[in-house]
Amino acid sequence: MRRFLAIRFLQALVALLAITLIVFGLTHLTGSPVDALLPDDASQAQIESLIRHWGLDRPLHEQYLAFLGNALQGDLGVSLKWRGYTAMEVVLQRLPATLKLGGLSVLLSIVVAIPLGVVAARHRGTMVDKSANVVALLGQSLPQFWLGIMLIWIFAVGLGWFPTSGQGGLPHMILPAIAMASFQVAALARLTRSAMLDSLRSEYVKLARLKGVPEYRIVWKHALRNAAIVPLTYFGLLAGSLLTGSVVIESVFSWPGTGLLSIEAIRGRDYPVVQAVVILFAVVFLLINYVVDALYALVDPRIRRA
Amino acid sequence: MTRPSRSTPLEETRGASASGELLLEVRDLRTHLDTKNGLVRAVDGVSFRLHSGETLGIIGESGSGKSMTVLSMLQVVPKPAARIVGGEVLYRGQNLLEKNEREMRRIRGREIAMILQDPQTSLNPVFTIGNQIVEALRLHRRDGGGKALVHRAVEALRQVRIAAPEERIRSYPHEMSGGMKQRAVGALAISCGPRIIVADEPTTSLDVTIQAQYLRLLRDLQRETGLAILFITHDFGIVAKLCRHLLVMYAGRVVEAGPVRAVFNNPAHPYTRALLGSVVRADTKAERLEAIAGQPPALWGLPSGCRFAPRCPHADDRCRKEYPPQLRVRDEASDHVASCWRLEESHGNR
Ligand SMILES: Nc1ncnc2c1ncn2[C@@H]1O[C@H](COP(=O)(O)OP(=O)(O)OP(=O)(O)O)[C@@H](O)[C@H]1O
Ligand SMILES: [Mg+2]
Repeated sequence: MRRFLAIRFLQALVALLAITLIVFGLTHLTGSPVDALLPDDASQAQIESLIRHWGLDRPLHEQYLAFLGNALQGDLGVSLKWRGYTAMEVVLQRLPATLKLGGLSVLLSIVVAIPLGVVAARHRGTMVDKSANVVALLGQSLPQFWLGIMLIWIFAVGLGWFPTSGQGGLPHMILPAIAMASFQVAALARLTRSAMLDSLRSEYVKLARLKGVPEYRIVWKHALRNAAIVPLTYFGLLAGSLLTGSVVIESVFSWPGTGLLSIEAIRGRDYPVVQAVVILFAVVFLLINYVVDALYALVDPRIRRA
Repeated sequence: MTRPSRSTPLEETRGASASGELLLEVRDLRTHLDTKNGLVRAVDGVSFRLHSGETLGIIGESGSGKSMTVLSMLQVVPKPAARIVGGEVLYRGQNLLEKNEREMRRIRGREIAMILQDPQTSLNPVFTIGNQIVEALRLHRRDGGGKALVHRAVEALRQVRIAAPEERIRSYPHEMSGGMKQRAVGALAISCGPRIIVADEPTTSLDVTIQAQYLRLLRDLQRETGLAILFITHDFGIVAKLCRHLLVMYAGRVVEAGPVRAVFNNPAHPYTRALLGSVVRADTKAERLEAIAGQPPALWGLPSGCRFAPRCPHADDRCRKEYPPQLRVRDEASDHVASCWRLEESHGNR
């Protein structure tokens, strides 16, 4: 287990290095980094200090090392749009909002999708199964932004149950979390269903029945514990879709997280902030995947004891 | 083997039972399966009796309905495809087919336990061996707390001669060899002190030496506890070593039944003779049954007469039209029977 987690950690580090390399490359691809990293009205003094700070007068590999060194200290330049803040400060300020929303939507999708998949598999071929399938299909085929707009229309504008948009507590988060979860619910429910079908057909389930285990325990303990390994592997991907989804959903709901920030930063040509968002997204994504690997090992003794 | 004198789960309830009590009587059991090819009569009027301390062998080609028969007894058939449509399963006088699911759960594992064919797949990979045995104990033998149950599980592992059972109890299935896993399944089966163990080809996936050990283990357990064993196999060699009585199944029906010695010395049904003919007699190692000419019949659209008629060298028109009744085979064994119209002819001139 320790070995497994250590290997995964190294892999994550390599991936992170690759991402910094790409981000670094992009600043140079678009011409002089000076143009990308400084506002148009920058003074000569600012330009010179930037060149010194990032080592722009030195060879490329040294520049990269300087960039990496700065990045490790959390220094990804100063924001061009939000004057007086560093890029990292701007992003970190917005990150909690995104994580809260993402967390809620993951929770929502787990709470809905896993039971849905289990029940569908258990009652395979019945109306329950078919309805679950329709729900899943719908969730996967409706565009998130459209669903978001419809939710606002119906539940915020029409019924007035929730605020239409903006920052706030749980009431503000519910509609965007639903919109965000819709796709994941669909994917997760289908994965759970097919894994459960395999599991319910297995010999160990048969033997459990033959030793007198009640059906609900067969389903929720014996079968699900095995089947859970499959949807769990999907959580890593889910983290990715959450981060990209945040860009769309946060825009629709004016939710002040990093997704919305990245749109604002791109519009304001605030390259340092865009860069910080990309790197931070990568870190979050890798972190979640790392946690998923650890969970995976926890659920499956074949990995844990390897 | 060290065994606490009279405190194993088996002894407590079974100590005094006289050997030879009629435990199980299956009468005319019928199970149908809905498949895409139509209705399959997987079990088509199977009857037999099982006494305590006895080992009854069921032999037959793949697909002849052996597993479906025993699964029907315990009502653990694949749903919704399979339906038990008739017959009686009398366990100590009570018809199990009249019991509801709740009542059946108290029979399964506790009164009648089962060992499945493949130890690689029949243990749950995400739970320890101890967990899986304790779960059964908790369902059936609530007397005593968690500690007592763990102790019982250790004892069960000791009974199947697993070394260092206190440690093995914490092992996951993937940490054990195939033979040891099958022993663990055996321990699970005996843990709740059942009167009957149904073993569905338990040694098919084990290599020959391990297989022999396993069979010896079953025999010893039986001697110690007075268990009745229903043993499903493809292997006449095993039947010869282990069983006193034998059922030969073909296409969902019992075509011949009787004491093993009588059936071996004087096989009456052409199918049994074909099966025995396909066994290499020189050594006791038996071959698979595929050596008979022709295919086992597809169970949909069966011939209305004897199911074996299309492959039988003695079949005549009556065989193809009408299913033969069960007839006594004329030899020293009074309970040697076979279902064949041409018993006299085919039997006489073999
Ligand atoms: N889950 C199932 N769905 C549909 N048909 C099945 C199912 N399980 C078994 N059958 C059919 O039921 C019939 C009897 O099968 P069964 O498993 O009892 O045979 P068997 O004698 O145990 O064979 P084997 O020696 O291969 O274990 C076969 O025709 C088989 O195809
Ligand atoms: Mg079978």
